[in-house]
Amino acid sequence: MTIAVNPSQAGEPVFYLADEHPHPEGYSTSLGFWIYLMSDCLIFAMLFATFGVLGANYAAGPAPKDLFELPLVAVNTSMLLLSSITYGFAMLTMQQNKIAQTQMWLAITGLFGLAFIGIELSEFAHMIHEGATPQRSAFLSAFFTLVGTHGLHVSCGLIWLVTLMVQVWKFGLIEANRRRLMCLSMFWHFLDVVWIGVFTFVYLLGVLR
Amino acid sequence: MSPDFLKLIFGRLGLDSLPLHEPILVGTFAMVALGGITLLAGLTYFRLWGYLWREWFTTVDHKRIGIMYMILGIVMLLRGFADALMMRAQQALAFGGSDGFLPSHHYDQVFTAHGVIMIFFVAMPLVTGLMNYVVPLQIGARDVSFPFLNNFSFWMTVGGAVLVMASLFIGEFARTGWLAYPPLSNIGYSPDVGVDYYIWALQVAGVGTTLSGINLICTIVKLRCPGMTMMKMPVFTWTSLCTNVLIVASFPVLTVVLALLSLDRYVGTNFFTNDFGGSPMMYVNLIWIWGHPEVYILVLPAFGIFSEVTSTFSGKRLFGYTSMVYATVVITILSYLVWLHHFFTMGSGASVNSFFGITTMIISIPTGAKMFNWLFTMYRGRIRFELPMMWTIAFMLTFVLGGMTGVLLAVPPADFVLHNSLFLIAHFHNVIIGGVVFGAFAGINYWFPKAFGFNLDVFWGKLSFWFWVVGFYLAFMPLYVLGLMGVTRRLRVFDDPSLQIWFVIAAIGAGLVFLGILSMLMQFAVSFLKREQLKDVTGDPWDARTLEWATSSPPPDYNFAFTPVVHDNDAWWDMKKRGYQRPLTGFKPIHMPSSTGTGIILAGFATAMGFGLIWYIWWLAAASFFAMLAVGIGHTFNYHRDFDIPADDVVRAEDARTKLLVGAK
Amino acid sequence: MSRLKILALLPLAVALSGCNYVVLAPAGDIAAQQRDLVIISTVLMLLIVVPVMALTVLFAWRYRQSNTSARYEPEWDHSTSLELVIWSAPLLIIVCLGALTWMGTHLLDPYRNIGRIHADRAVDQSKAPLVVDVVALDWKWLFIYPDYGIATVNELAAPIDRPINFHITASSVMNSFYIPALAGQIYAMPGMETSLHAVINHAGVYKGFSANYSGAGFSGMHFNFHGLDDKGFDAWIASAKSAGGSLGRTEYLQLEKPSQNEPVRRWGTIDSDLYRLILNMCVETGKMCQSEMMAIDAKGGLGHEGMNNTLPLAYDKYARRGSPLAPEPTFVAGTCTPDAPQGKTTASITAPIDTAPLLGAGLKRPTFAPLKSSSFFLGQRPKSDS
Repeated sequence: MTIAVNPSQAGEPVFYLADEHPHPEGYSTSLGFWIYLMSDCLIFAMLFATFGVLGANYAAGPAPKDLFELPLVAVNTSMLLLSSITYGFAMLTMQQNKIAQTQMWLAITGLFGLAFIGIELSEFAHMIHEGATPQRSAFLSAFFTLVGTHGLHVSCGLIWLVTLMVQVWKFGLIEANRRRLMCLSMFWHFLDVVWIGVFTFVYLLGVLR
Repeated sequence: MSPDFLKLIFGRLGLDSLPLHEPILVGTFAMVALGGITLLAGLTYFRLWGYLWREWFTTVDHKRIGIMYMILGIVMLLRGFADALMMRAQQALAFGGSDGFLPSHHYDQVFTAHGVIMIFFVAMPLVTGLMNYVVPLQIGARDVSFPFLNNFSFWMTVGGAVLVMASLFIGEFARTGWLAYPPLSNIGYSPDVGVDYYIWALQVAGVGTTLSGINLICTIVKLRCPGMTMMKMPVFTWTSLCTNVLIVASFPVLTVVLALLSLDRYVGTNFFTNDFGGSPMMYVNLIWIWGHPEVYILVLPAFGIFSEVTSTFSGKRLFGYTSMVYATVVITILSYLVWLHHFFTMGSGASVNSFFGITTMIISIPTGAKMFNWLFTMYRGRIRFELPMMWTIAFMLTFVLGGMTGVLLAVPPADFVLHNSLFLIAHFHNVIIGGVVFGAFAGINYWFPKAFGFNLDVFWGKLSFWFWVVGFYLAFMPLYVLGLMGVTRRLRVFDDPSLQIWFVIAAIGAGLVFLGILSMLMQFAVSFLKREQLKDVTGDPWDARTLEWATSSPPPDYNFAFTPVVHDNDAWWDMKKRGYQRPLTGFKPIHMPSSTGTGIILAGFATAMGFGLIWYIWWLAAASFFAMLAVGIGHTFNYHRDFDIPADDVVRAEDARTKLLVGAK
Repeated sequence: MSRLKILALLPLAVALSGCNYVVLAPAGDIAAQQRDLVIISTVLMLLIVVPVMALTVLFAWRYRQSNTSARYEPEWDHSTSLELVIWSAPLLIIVCLGALTWMGTHLLDPYRNIGRIHADRAVDQSKAPLVVDVVALDWKWLFIYPDYGIATVNELAAPIDRPINFHITASSVMNSFYIPALAGQIYAMPGMETSLHAVINHAGVYKGFSANYSGAGFSGMHFNFHGLDDKGFDAWIASAKSAGGSLGRTEYLQLEKPSQNEPVRRWGTIDSDLYRLILNMCVETGKMCQSEMMAIDAKGGLGHEGMNNTLPLAYDKYARRGSPLAPEPTFVAGTCTPDAPQGKTTASITAPIDTAPLLGAGLKRPTFAPLKSSSFFLGQRPKSDS
């Protein structure tokens, strides 16, 4: 951006840009998305805090060690971690402008995400079937809500992923789509980080408690 | 039709949900319906629908959205104030065995609705509206960072307001107090739709508020014009930045706590129940972790307005700009460390209580510094007592009283005797009316000529000012007194006849404030009629100091034909002083965002979903949800969201202004 | 503008001239100390508030536009020395107020046993304090005198100059127990116990009420508090005794149902375990007490067996109802232990008392430290006594 000197009064201060270029499209997007992620992070922080306060109130019901099957959760965690890696590959191929490969990696990411959601849902179904429902105790309410909110985010991410795949397919890797893939990438990795928190504080420490 | 079928279609909504047995509500409804039909008929008759839809409802122009926020705030002020009048009347009447005129079922809704409306749908829209209007102009930007999001945020706020208003005539509102503490607000003790209205109104509006917070932070961080470093930003922009940081860092907490409450209510979880290990105290903590920053969300922009007004009308630079900025930032941070002072009486230990008491007092240090800064801005100035300055002086005198009683309440043992009493009510009205409302009025009077191109009428403005100020003192000083007599809040009837006189005085005060509101509406009407006389052709009617006054009144769609370059805190003052010449040639096409109806449609579906959830009309909730999803995704397939204002149009607009300016000389 | 100030001061002037300013003229020593704190803090703050208000008016007047003789310095915007004053003056006041707050909060902690009867008389340690168990019901107050075996609704009495220990809980929603003449308020919350230590110094009848909105009957939720001399108090106890009637679990469940504007009621005998059951929310037979539940939870829950130890909720204070998307409401069934067969009284075993000394210089260690083992921000939990 060049600052043109007001022709009539050379040497005087410049008070406006005579030759201006508008901000590029999406100029504020990454900052905005970061701030959004931070506000979302606060949502999880509150749910973690709630779990921290209520997590030992079993109401004479089951405790984490009675409910959690760590091997299954480990598989689940690896699904999400792998999906993060494959998303990374999608971004790398996007940089190289390889549409087909980008789409493939996105699809694989989606499948991993789907597997994650599937395993989580079956875990929930199993617990509820056994009688460990969200209504049974404050601990279970906090557990289902925290993990469920994360799952809900992943589901939204999946819907978004599919939408973006359609858009990439229709319009190619144009600037706007690259920016969107970048945002989803941040979202996806963010969910991964949150999950590591869930896995550590809810599952591992829960079983140890 | 079978009852099951009806239940499937209408949920728990039935004919008996309409408050046909409450004459006050039926009367109100008749009036609102009459007014509404007249309005709609008028709009149709004058063929204004297309104009409204194209130019206002779908606009992404931050100026128009700002104005719509202000209109929303003022309309809701009438509703919230009607509640206030009813409360004051009830408490002034219900003595000596009289039951007053409101049964508890109605009275309890009135005080809840009053609090909710005044905070969420009056104070918030007024503050957000002013920020939306002024901030991009002050930083020399063309619009906010995410113009579509801005439109969507506004309509979500409207959606929340619509739900609250709907509760007046369809069903009922919460009877829990404005923060809806469980267990009272839980399904066991409030099984009706009231609390559900509360939850969904706030959730829908809260999404809008959070998004608008993100939007304005980005705008301030990314879109400042060249030369405007952080420490050259006008103070109002600074306070707006801090407020929006507070919004983004606190509204998610509200979202979570209301979501947990709705889970308790809808699916029977045990977050805030008495039994099964739930903890109602958790709710109280969480909601005040949002609630206390919320107070500063409201008052910081007001502080910014007073800073602008004081320095403009004293004809002087703001005293202690740097310490003003630091004070604002310190308040922002400290506002997260004080939430427990809202419930010292819950029985945390003495150390916890005194920690939170002392942090609360510490906030009064930067606030006091601000007060002194305004004071020394006036010192050796040339003070013009125009309306904005009058509101500012009234604020300075009133707010210190409120601040003092606030610090008093921060002393836990003093709080034990004054908590939940009318003293507390007097205190927070003292700071919210004295700070936020006076600030909003100062801002309205200050920026109105900028927004509409004509000044506000001074006579009606002064009348409104005096009614408000005198009415405020008459209404709330008696409440301080009653608080010292140990009278608690939210009581519907009283035994002790010696108290009545104070309530009568307070009711008279409320009546005066009502006259103040009417005078303000009159001020708008009269000013509109006299708009040719009051016209502002210069764009700078107050001889002001910041960039928004550099452009015309009202500003063109693109705000500034050329992006300004800033060299000083008081950019416009600096430009005027150093002989800035307005450019007359060399205009170029200007890139601007285009209008879209997506925001209002999405918000409409969100509101419908809220309504469905409130009444257990599951099909409506689900359908609205999926519609929202579809419209949202559909919107992302539109890649062409902006256009260029042709250079010819810019030339035309700027030439018109040149003519006006020449004519003015 | 000065008119504003006069208006502001007017009610205060009237305020000092008469009427029953119970907060400013209480009859109990705790409330009197709290009143002192209110006044001292106000005076401290007036030290800065009055100059600010005066300067506002002065500057507004002196530097008005029409007064061209006043100095006008449009560029003057900084003065380091002034800035120092601006920041340090409020800071100094807050330092004083903060110290006062720290001390006052610890001395007047409602959980702390009182150290004096009034300003110049210490507590007579040989005399036991009066214990009153307070239960906030919808919408009335139940007072249980465990040492005298009586209970009343909406009437409280205490002998003057004898320390009173209130144990406070609620049956359904949050209330706040407040007798302005006696001492500051404290919340009454279901399933939790707060306490309040106070003393009344002058005989008389004082108002007590709930200071936290609790629903439809809230306005009528007040009672008379009688400060009586020893003889009068004995007579009051005797009259309550002679009222006859017995308050047991069945009567309580009847009483607990919501009702408004209840008249005074008295019971001559009570179920001595009733308050513990109310506090632990297990007055209904077969329901697990909170204390038991918390003890089980502390040991890691009941495992898989615990998943189905709930029974449908047959009893509800209002009506049987639940959430639209949830199964029928339930409650956790009590378990039998060898020393506490279902429905029988357990021997009272209290949790260890936290004897950590108070922090803060110049504070005497109280004779009895209240339970502070609970979570940091969330106030007191009931004593676990399983």
